[in-house]
Amino acid sequence: MFEFIQRFFGKPASSATAKERLRLVLLSDHLSLAPDVVEALKHDLIEVISRYVDVDAANCDVTFEQQEKQVAMLANIPILGMRSRPTPPATPPPAAPPPPAREAEPPPTLDLGGATASVAAEPDAAPATNAAVAPATNAAVAPAANAAAAAPPQRAAKPAQNGGSRKRRRKRASTTAVPSAG
Amino acid sequence: MQETVQHQELPAASAVPRKRGRAIVITSGKGGVGKTTTTANTGAALAATGASVVLVDADVGLRNLDLVMGLEARVRHHVLDVLEGVATLDDALVTDKRVPTLRLLAAAQTREKDDVDTAAFSDLISSLRDRFDYVLIDCPAGIEKGFTNAIAGADEAIIVCTPEVSAVRDADRVVGLLGDGRTVKLVVNRLRPDLVRRGKMLSVEDVNGILRLPLLGVIADAPGVIVSTNRGEPVALDAASPVGESYRQIAQRIIGTLATAPEIPRERSFFEKLFGSLR
Amino acid sequence: MSARRIVLTSGKGGVGKTTTTANLGAVLAKRGHRVILVDADIGLRNLDLVLGIEKRIVFDLVEVVEGRCQVRQALIKDKRLENLSILPAAQTRDKTAVSELQFAKLIEQLGEMCDYVLIDCPAGIEHGFRNAIAGASEAIVVTTPEVSAIRDADRVIGKLHERGLPLRLIVNRLRPEMVRSGDMLSVDDVTDILSAELLGIIPDDEEVIDTTNRGEPIVLQSESRLAVIYDKIARRLEGDLVPFTTFSAPGFFARIFGKAS
Repeated sequence: MFEFIQRFFGKPASSATAKERLRLVLLSDHLSLAPDVVEALKHDLIEVISRYVDVDAANCDVTFEQQEKQVAMLANIPILGMRSRPTPPATPPPAAPPPPAREAEPPPTLDLGGATASVAAEPDAAPATNAAVAPATNAAVAPAANAAAAAPPQRAAKPAQNGGSRKRRRKRASTTAVPSAG
Repeated sequence: MQETVQHQELPAASAVPRKRGRAIVITSGKGGVGKTTTTANTGAALAATGASVVLVDADVGLRNLDLVMGLEARVRHHVLDVLEGVATLDDALVTDKRVPTLRLLAAAQTREKDDVDTAAFSDLISSLRDRFDYVLIDCPAGIEKGFTNAIAGADEAIIVCTPEVSAVRDADRVVGLLGDGRTVKLVVNRLRPDLVRRGKMLSVEDVNGILRLPLLGVIADAPGVIVSTNRGEPVALDAASPVGESYRQIAQRIIGTLATAPEIPRERSFFEKLFGSLR
Repeated sequence: MSARRIVLTSGKGGVGKTTTTANLGAVLAKRGHRVILVDADIGLRNLDLVLGIEKRIVFDLVEVVEGRCQVRQALIKDKRLENLSILPAAQTRDKTAVSELQFAKLIEQLGEMCDYVLIDCPAGIEHGFRNAIAGASEAIVVTTPEVSAIRDADRVIGKLHERGLPLRLIVNRLRPEMVRSGDMLSVDDVTDILSAELLGIIPDDEEVIDTTNRGEPIVLQSESRLAVIYDKIARRLEGDLVPFTTFSAPGFFARIFGKAS
């Protein structure tokens, strides 16, 4: 009865809290257990950014951090300078203004769920040379992200980790559930 | 990235000479009897009295103390990072959301218990004793390397045991392994007074008749504990919780401000059942 | 023809691996299969206690591996079920007494003698766990609907995937009334989070403690609702598609007068 009153006045059911906490903590656990995936992500990220600015590839750092309500990717990409002329992307960008990166299909072998959403959802920050926050990266790579999205076979070609069973497991996860990277 | 939290200033190790803190390992042998819950709640209750407390999760690879404390989103570094020099102790210590004198030192999630050097862990506990009034170490299940590491550096132990044959058997084994050099006390967890009365569960006397340890506390089985771990809010901080009260008394016995023997929880009355309190 | 070799594991201790191993083994034996249960928890054995055979142990698993006795000398035949035998763990040794290869060979050997080998895995993901899965061809992951157990189960599932072991999930100690009030994760929550195929749902039952006290697996009481549930799990293991029991929460009066639903 007391719980009924309590619930009426606002605290969510603890099972809902538990489910959400587990989702985040397992995402964080999986990311730290898949260093090869993180390496591949870092490599691709540097490659894409390098089309627009010169970066200090040796000192780039990509980590995932669990925060109160999300898991966020933090990229620290030291930028050495602008390219005199940006290298054109693989496919020409559409004539219309590019849609935000969030609308791009999540890459098939990297199902970051909450992480992807949080990267796109960060408030706009002025592009900084040492941006520790993703949005500057997003703004710069929106066209490139489209290009990347348009060429998913590049990513999908990466060898599946440890045989089919892991990939099969990833497919089972719905978009709202915890994606399994391992 | 961390939100600003009110940090209680801790005296530096080299400042005013202080009484060296106590290091207590919470162990059991059997898994799932409530070691982590007991570590979290005893620590919270101790810290709520104003003592400085650090909780150390020794369950490398299967950490849960952070989850039970609701601090999983704040862990940035863990014990192995500190032992390997990747991070300082201050980087790794997480301040509790609710009790400013309470800190957590999390275990590594993606490493193995074999990665921890026992002597180095023992040194770490020793240096924590210089900074904190109480160092509580959450021991993993079993009696392998994880156990050996967890007990290193602790001269006091609390054995958590449920009133079930497997748990008592394993606890007995652990008492033997702890040896004579440590003070060992008992917490009986998840007692069901109704089942004891019906002869379907061992009583506290049955359990301690075998283990023969000073009794630190008896905690009744309560669904409220599951709710508290769902939320990451230790029941010891809930003034209305009877289980919380049991943990608060355990803390007082540890400090020495309560000398009476633990009360055996009684069955819930008809009216308590009627109003279905989960606590 | 070689047996199915199933390891029951969890990561978290105390979720019911040993109880499930004992009861599932008993039910499979009742259904006519030859079953050998292996206690892989060297140093902290409990399968013997749960089955009530602790006084009949003469030889143990480590002695078999070290060649100090024959397998048949160490196997203990259950007095109640003629198809059920148990290979106990050693109590005074530790898990490093046996290597993964030795364990795998032992399980293979046992597999020639029966239809099902069920391996009771110790808690954790260290040496004891690696031994226990070494000889297995499939796994059952046991979890309870609590955050720590699920987190550990997730870790174990990752390790099983690495080994390419097919696995299915048992959710143990479900309390339907707490699920209904939102105070416990539901089975759907658990299978969503872990992305694993469900093998069985076992409700919390206070009778289990009593049966463990007496060393009599609860499935031997054929009128017990758990006996029905374990039987369903056995049938699913055999390959039948058996619908899952829906559990209703106990009614108002049942709650007061303490009867299980």
